[in-house]
Amino acid sequence: MSTVKLTVNGKAVSADVEDRTLLVQLLRETLGLTGTHVGCDTSQCGACVVHIDGRAVKSCTTLVGQANGANVTTIEGISRGDELHPMQAAFRDNHGLQCGFCTPGMIMASIDIVNRYGGNLDEDTVRHELEGNICRCTGYHNIVKSVLDAAARMKVSMAAE
Amino acid sequence: MGVEGIGASVVRKEDRRFITGRGRYVDDIKVMGLTHAHFVRSPYAHARVKGIDATAAKAMPGVVDVLTGQQIVDDKVGNLICGWAVHSKDGTPMKMGAWPAMAPEVVRFAGQAVAVVIAETKNQARDAAEAVVVTYEELPAAANIKAAIAPGAPQLHPEAPGNVVYDWAIGDEKAVNDAFAKAANVVSLELTNNRLVPNAMEPRAAIAEYNDAEEHFTLHTTSQNPHVARLVLSAFYNIAPEHKLRVVAPDVGGGFGSKIFIYPEEMVALWASKKVRRPVKWTGDRSEAFLTDAHGRDHVSHAEMAFDANNKILGLRVKTHANFGAYMSLFSSSVPTYLYATLLSGQYNIPAIYAEVMGVYTNTTPVDAYRGAGRPEASYLLERMMETAARQFKVDPAELRRKNFITQFPHQTPVIMAYDVGDFGASLDAAMKAIDYAGFPARKAKAKAEGKLRGIGLSCYIEACGIAPSKAVGSLGAGVGLWESAEVRVNPVGTIEVLTGSHSHGQGHETTFAQLVAGRLGISVDQVQIVHGDTDKVQFGMGTYGSRSAAVGMSAIFKAMEKVEAKAKKIAAHQLEASEDDIVIENGEFKVTGTDKSIALAMVALAAYTAHNLPDGMEPGLKEGAFYDPTNFTFPAGCYICEIEVDAGTGKTHFVNFVAADDFGRLINPMIVEGQVHGGLAQGIGQAILEGAVYDDSGQLVTASFMDYTMPRADDLPSFKLSHTTTLCPGNPLGVKGCGEAGAIGSSAAVINAITDAIGHNRLEMPATPDRVWHAIQLQQAAE
Repeated sequence: MSTVKLTVNGKAVSADVEDRTLLVQLLRETLGLTGTHVGCDTSQCGACVVHIDGRAVKSCTTLVGQANGANVTTIEGISRGDELHPMQAAFRDNHGLQCGFCTPGMIMASIDIVNRYGGNLDEDTVRHELEGNICRCTGYHNIVKSVLDAAARMKVSMAAE
Repeated sequence: MGVEGIGASVVRKEDRRFITGRGRYVDDIKVMGLTHAHFVRSPYAHARVKGIDATAAKAMPGVVDVLTGQQIVDDKVGNLICGWAVHSKDGTPMKMGAWPAMAPEVVRFAGQAVAVVIAETKNQARDAAEAVVVTYEELPAAANIKAAIAPGAPQLHPEAPGNVVYDWAIGDEKAVNDAFAKAANVVSLELTNNRLVPNAMEPRAAIAEYNDAEEHFTLHTTSQNPHVARLVLSAFYNIAPEHKLRVVAPDVGGGFGSKIFIYPEEMVALWASKKVRRPVKWTGDRSEAFLTDAHGRDHVSHAEMAFDANNKILGLRVKTHANFGAYMSLFSSSVPTYLYATLLSGQYNIPAIYAEVMGVYTNTTPVDAYRGAGRPEASYLLERMMETAARQFKVDPAELRRKNFITQFPHQTPVIMAYDVGDFGASLDAAMKAIDYAGFPARKAKAKAEGKLRGIGLSCYIEACGIAPSKAVGSLGAGVGLWESAEVRVNPVGTIEVLTGSHSHGQGHETTFAQLVAGRLGISVDQVQIVHGDTDKVQFGMGTYGSRSAAVGMSAIFKAMEKVEAKAKKIAAHQLEASEDDIVIENGEFKVTGTDKSIALAMVALAAYTAHNLPDGMEPGLKEGAFYDPTNFTFPAGCYICEIEVDAGTGKTHFVNFVAADDFGRLINPMIVEGQVHGGLAQGIGQAILEGAVYDDSGQLVTASFMDYTMPRADDLPSFKLSHTTTLCPGNPLGVKGCGEAGAIGSSAAVINAITDAIGHNRLEMPATPDRVWHAIQLQQAAE
């Protein structure tokens, strides 16, 4: 057992966990943040993507110990009160989700993509960058549209900052 | 119908919870005193269980109990059932072996459960499962159709000699023989329809709770049809009578057919919750999903089509072997028979059809309905046949199809189905225009000049959806009726709850169903709440599959709404001192036509519940229910055309363009309809070029993870160009046909037809991976 301290969605968290505990287990089972999902056991599907210190990471293959001292953001932590993150809004407006199971991971991965490219994205780049996230419902058509739409919205706010 | 009524692309009501991480899937649910189940599974595809020693496992930390297959048999829990009786052509009923929820004596596929560990935590259950010692005697396995029907093949079930479940036929054999006798040309084709793994992104899960004071069970589970689950669990498995069993299917992360069926794990969780007197949770991991979710497709077919000298079809003869896996899953028997062979007329006038289907047991995961279920197999066979024929006759494949299209409706096919309406020429025209079909030869020539192989492929599909008229399916052997029910509750404040037996697991019912109600009353969709997925709340229902929720589920809501509106009009007329015939409903108000007199819906609703001033003899309240049973299937149809370029050096296929022209009848929410098509296309294209479940000869599934089974990813697929043509379905009050499966049904053939066009010959099977395409190109070059 080890004690880990980290920040999750802006709140300080301290927990005693088995050393083998995965970050996604801490989030879902200990903290009740069930928006982060587990869709596979081989780090392929990306339903578990969260941000660790601002970078998209698969929480199903991250030991809690690896996140010790880090700043973790989950799908529950990206909107400001009732105001959706532009990526969330774009997924809704473009019908970028159906069953919703892959959606949190898709949104978290996509925010990271837009951030890394400074909002300068085209369809091929988005499709290539989404390679680590699997969706079975949408055929990706509207996910790609959502990310491009959000990139345009985020570019405006990045320019303003 | 207003901005939020039928035909409007209303943004989905359910999305907010999903995009903020507030969805509530089964694994998200916590229950006091919860224990966790982990199954001990057979590593062998076929073996005798000689003994199970759980002594060490039971002594491990946190272990509550270890339960075995023999105990579930001893407790007289029923075997899993197949709910559709199919008879062989000699009249004998299908031959089924017993399927206990955990194997007491013989395991018949790798991954079949033999025992379950119940522990305080998931990790403890998993650890202890490793310590359960099972002694097996491995038996020879039959891992595919060919091996299973070979002389001397290992026998799976004593009930099914030769591993044959049934040898079924449909159509008029003599008429087909006569057609072939007078044929000018015969085209023949050998086809494999590759086995697929559904892979809904949410793995199956169950939480079972037993209340011993009430002798009552609650099961939260990943189901497309919770009432059917309750019915089957009660009627056949002796778990609990229906009134003592509540089944809840909360947010469900995709189904595609795989969550229709009742599986051993859910049954065992229920049974175990009573054994250990604690709630039991099981959440499958992806490996378990690969090994235990019912797979799809897996046909091997030989087909021949007879043509006259004028290239008109005279007859079709098909012989198909269908792989059922090791056990008959809930609706498996119907998939390669009544959902497949009845669609073998496609969009074409085929005077005579005869199809034989042999269903075969193998030592593999059970096979059942997967998106499209039988109809993709039929469509793939026919559309490859038409393309092959066009090439053989050196005629344009579009024109060969057009020449043979059914143009008069209704049309009775020789294989049961009676098409009600359609315009196949219109969807073909729309797709050809969208892809600039006329300009293709020039594009192909240009590509060739640049050293690239370009191809174009068509697929004109039809499907039978809106499953289904109860009387019709009953006459074909179905064990259930396939109507749907709805209840519309107008609350005293004028808000509305609609309880539906349909179940949404991605389809957006909370929005589209609300649009129907909102449009009729002229109110906002925000005033309408759709309630589904809970047997304690919803009266009854048959659930969602077979593209039936709009055609059947919404029609039930339509019927209930008519009753609600009729009563509300009576109340409004009484309140306004007018004739009910003069009352019209507009913008949430009941108006006396031609006057300025009106009363708001909320006031009518309040009047219904206060009951101070109702018409004489009227019961208080404003709540109506309806059961709707369709009179026919619906027949969505369309045309998909795919243009691809193949890299001759690597065999990799690149999509240049993919167009879809579908006729779904009336569209409720075009945005959602298009989303359904996108997803279906991805699954059909996945089948064509990426996906395939592969077993080795010993019955090991070698594609049992996302590392080994190629799921379509964003960079594997193109953006799609969709359009719609419309003939309204006359069979339901909304004129809708259903859109959930079309993409998966129609697209595979278009892709393969395009690739075979590019490489110049027809010897290519799905999935057409770069390796297979490259080898096919070498074959062609060697021939030249």
